[in-house]
Amino acid sequence: MRFRRNKPAVISLCFLAALILLVVLWPWVAPYSWETISDAQFQPPSAKHWFGTDVHGRDLLTRVIFGARVSLLVGVVGAGVAFVIGVAWGAVSGYVGGRIDGMMMRFVDVLYSLPSIIFVIVLLTTLKEGATKWLTSTLGAKAAAQAPMLLLFAGLGAVSWLTMARIVRGQVLALRSRAFVDASRSLGASHARIIWRHILPNVWGIVIVYLTLTVPSVILYESFLSYLGLGIQPPMASWGSLVAEGAGQLNPIRIYWWLVVFPSAMLVTTLLALNFLGDGLRDAFDPKGQI
Amino acid sequence: MVDTVHYALRITNCISHIRRAAGRITRRVLPLIFAMGCLSCSQQEPRADLVIANGAEPGSLDPATSKGLEELRIVMALWEGLMRVDPKTALPIPGLAERHEVSPDGKVYTFYLRANATWSTGQRITAHDFVYSWRRVLDPVTASEYAGQLFYLKNAEAYFNRTLKDPNELGVRALDDSTLRVELTNPTPFFLGLCAFQTLSVVPRDVVEKHGDDWMRVRPLPVSGPYQLERWSLNDRVRLRANPHYWDATNTHCQVVDLLPIRSASTAFNLYERGGLDIIWDKELIPSELFPILRPRSDFHSFNYLGTYFLRFNTTRKPLDDPRVRRALTMCIDKQRLVDKILKTGEVIGSHFVPPGTANCRSPEGLAFDPEGARQLLKEAGYPNGQGMRPIEYLFESVSGGGSVHSKIGVELQQMWQRELGIKVELRQMEKQVYLAAQRSLDYDVSRSTWIGDYNDPNTFLDLFRSNNGNNRTGWKNQPYDDLMDQASVLTDLDQRANLLRQAESILVRDEAPIAPLYFYSGFNYHNPDRISGIHGNVLDSHPINAIRVRKEPAR
Amino acid sequence: MFFLKRLLLLIPLLLVISFLAFILMRLAPGGPFDSDRAPASPEIERAIRAKYRLDEPVLKQYAHYLGDLAKGDLGLSTKYRNHTVNDIIVSALPVSMTLGGLAFFFALVLGIPWGVVMAVQRGQWGDYFWGLLSLLAACIPALVIGPILVLSLAVKAGWFPVALWESPLHVVLPTLTLGLLFAGKVARLVRESTTTTLQSEFITAARAKGLSESEILIKHALRLALLPVVSFSAPMLADLLTGSFVVETIFQIPGLGVFFVNSSLNRDYPLLMGLVLLYAGMLLFLNLLADLLLAKLDPRVKYE
Repeated sequence: MRFRRNKPAVISLCFLAALILLVVLWPWVAPYSWETISDAQFQPPSAKHWFGTDVHGRDLLTRVIFGARVSLLVGVVGAGVAFVIGVAWGAVSGYVGGRIDGMMMRFVDVLYSLPSIIFVIVLLTTLKEGATKWLTSTLGAKAAAQAPMLLLFAGLGAVSWLTMARIVRGQVLALRSRAFVDASRSLGASHARIIWRHILPNVWGIVIVYLTLTVPSVILYESFLSYLGLGIQPPMASWGSLVAEGAGQLNPIRIYWWLVVFPSAMLVTTLLALNFLGDGLRDAFDPKGQI
Repeated sequence: MVDTVHYALRITNCISHIRRAAGRITRRVLPLIFAMGCLSCSQQEPRADLVIANGAEPGSLDPATSKGLEELRIVMALWEGLMRVDPKTALPIPGLAERHEVSPDGKVYTFYLRANATWSTGQRITAHDFVYSWRRVLDPVTASEYAGQLFYLKNAEAYFNRTLKDPNELGVRALDDSTLRVELTNPTPFFLGLCAFQTLSVVPRDVVEKHGDDWMRVRPLPVSGPYQLERWSLNDRVRLRANPHYWDATNTHCQVVDLLPIRSASTAFNLYERGGLDIIWDKELIPSELFPILRPRSDFHSFNYLGTYFLRFNTTRKPLDDPRVRRALTMCIDKQRLVDKILKTGEVIGSHFVPPGTANCRSPEGLAFDPEGARQLLKEAGYPNGQGMRPIEYLFESVSGGGSVHSKIGVELQQMWQRELGIKVELRQMEKQVYLAAQRSLDYDVSRSTWIGDYNDPNTFLDLFRSNNGNNRTGWKNQPYDDLMDQASVLTDLDQRANLLRQAESILVRDEAPIAPLYFYSGFNYHNPDRISGIHGNVLDSHPINAIRVRKEPAR
Repeated sequence: MFFLKRLLLLIPLLLVISFLAFILMRLAPGGPFDSDRAPASPEIERAIRAKYRLDEPVLKQYAHYLGDLAKGDLGLSTKYRNHTVNDIIVSALPVSMTLGGLAFFFALVLGIPWGVVMAVQRGQWGDYFWGLLSLLAACIPALVIGPILVLSLAVKAGWFPVALWESPLHVVLPTLTLGLLFAGKVARLVRESTTTTLQSEFITAARAKGLSESEILIKHALRLALLPVVSFSAPMLADLLTGSFVVETIFQIPGLGVFFVNSSLNRDYPLLMGLVLLYAGMLLFLNLLADLLLAKLDPRVKYE
């Protein structure tokens, strides 16, 4: 109920739903294929190509919508891992405290310190064969072709939960000695119940806010990997790789502005929508709910 | 209403508090950080006479261990060999050796050093220094990747492999302080070119022996070339200062030269536009998308260059083990579209491997663009319209920056092969070292490749595809090809030699096609011709810095 | 005591990290001396590998590495063959620390008030306006912001140099590019935590005591509101102080970030090891400081 009164959140939800619908339906309605090359290179936006065309003469609108798939997936995976592992890890670590807390946090530190580029390279190369085989046997050859992308998702997920764990743990450390926690403990509530009913509701706000920050950082990290050439494989596109490609066109002589403006605008709009949605959700689930 | 006022009050209050808190922090922390900042960027010094965008950060400036273009260009300014490079033609001209004699069989060279050949310390450079420097390159402990440049010397390879222990058996000897006698295994028509190559430069024996691996960090560093190494700040700049003791010092024009290791083309270009750079001489640093606009400008200079962009086919894998398939794939590449529509950098499409303009060479015509013929060939090979053919993997390396040339070409080839032959192609972009490892271990189907000539002779290209060459990387072994190459290597008659090499190349690009040449590289320089002179385009893309002049009054 | 114990714990932790990183590097295909052009004979390659001890078993290499490390020697870079790793770090670290320190400072000084302003105006137009800006700052990649700043403020307006690292003026644009991203994130976090804190019961108690709103905000609420910022800041500061690849590339700055990426891509094992150890040391130390700061800001935080 409260959620529906939050106008920005409702609008954002509609926007995201429309975007997902567009991404799913686009292949059936699109006048252009995302990979077919043509002679119409670097066309500015026109009635024919709303977002213009790129170096290969491919329709940018189609590529932006196609790129949404990868970027949204990357964002969802990153946020999902951060949400599930990060929150659980941080909550347990902060709640239990002491030596266990020390060990759990040092584990996070170790993971955080390992060189991430090498980590991604190793993941993409050494595990590729195994992943391909496994996918072929379980889901068939078509899925197996996506093995590098799945591994990329795994790699992005593996690093996305670390800061979340630190933040949640910092909050829980402060919460666990609060009066209401002591009260329910003396009433004989189990630890799991205390964490779930009393501690976590007080951190949802910060969790949701940090999640909405995790989505852009994972998407941007994917764009960084694409910039290094480690991200998704051409001719596929992601918003990150499109932005990176477009950013290369920023120079003092001639700017193919549509190559950077449209992908960036899509990226930012989506992230804005996610934020407003997150805010709305946070208010809706706020235990005190004063606003 | 009351609420708004209340909030406004709260905000003003809280801002003033924050301001006070921030003030405290500012007073305490900011001076510290600024002090640090000033320390770390306090090297403000007058601009150099000449500032050049040079490409990647040089890994090594030691002639024995440098290998990249960005290194070799600086090495050429610091160190000199018996010969040096003519700035216009890139042909070898006398360097520290004033003159030389060649025996009639082309195997024995005698070099006479200049009387005024000195180190930057003023000491004389002797023939013994050369013997030491060359032995050092051939010493496995030095770990020189370009040691092969000296394998043309008698016994050199055996000495490197330690099967021959006595260095006196090596084909280089000092007859006296100023005379050097060099013996070769075969007549090598490009040997003088090698003598101008950086690996064969002379290095100061006492410094190297005293400091070992650290010797490049000695300051002042005694050098044999036109410039001294004044400063080398990593990822910032290499600063050179003219060497007054260089034998040809009167013809060194710029006193102080900065070489910047710039990483991004747009940064280089912005700096150039604002007058922070005089020359961009790394072609990667001229934004390729801007070529159509930049080309008509007088600052833009392009020239032929000994480099070929080609595809390797893995001839050990089905269906690429069949020459007909390889030829079919080659014949339906629309190279003209690649060059005109995608690269737009004015490169010349190629059907043969050795670039035009190479000395001692007459390349055959290779396979022409002929999709119809290609379909016919594929049918003969048993894959009509690509039926029955498994998907082919196209391997290429990733380049940071997004949208690299390799990726663009891959995307085009994928579409061309699919459209013309019905062959499905999967693009496989790998990070550079992974790509190299895959290429070496023949873990690919088709791989994009580049070869840049080290010296001006077809040998630097054709040698690659001998059966046992470490750079072959196609699994292609062809006895007639090897035989032709062997026969050519002992000939002194350049015309006959060119014929044999032509036959060999014909096997390579017409009959067997283990590779598909796409285009020949062009070299590009970017500088204002009204201000900068003495830099010339040449096939080795080699530009001695000491020949470059800057007009004092900027004409811009 | 707690501090000392944790400080001592850094050593075994660094060992674990160094070992894992060492193994991880060698799992990545390709070696430091693979190149487009293999040397003329396999013997040459063998000689090079021998010189850098790459022909030994991995564990033995690691033992050697630790031995050198104990002497403070991080080894010779395999890519920058004329430089030791110590050299490279000494030359690039101050640059990265200056830039990172300034960007961090900028991010906090801008981000915290920004967040507080949003929190007290929550749900009003001011919140939406500043919120939009903070999201833009947090979401637009440096890859886009950097060139835009350069084109507008340096190339067109000519107020700042376009690149290089020479005078204090050269520092401004990179600091802005790097700092804005983090300022946006800090602002988002502060907005959230301030809102939560302002709703909590002890603030209500403080209000009941008759303290003024601004006093409550600064003396009590902000303290607690900074908890997540502190947790977030430690890794962020470690990242900032060790350089940013993108910003260093755009502005041609001789910092560590480029070495991080290039040593990974070049398989420059000794250099990458040195950098990983440096980064890990910094991160562990800053996390330790963050833990201490958490306890200081909120007396209820205890690590028994």
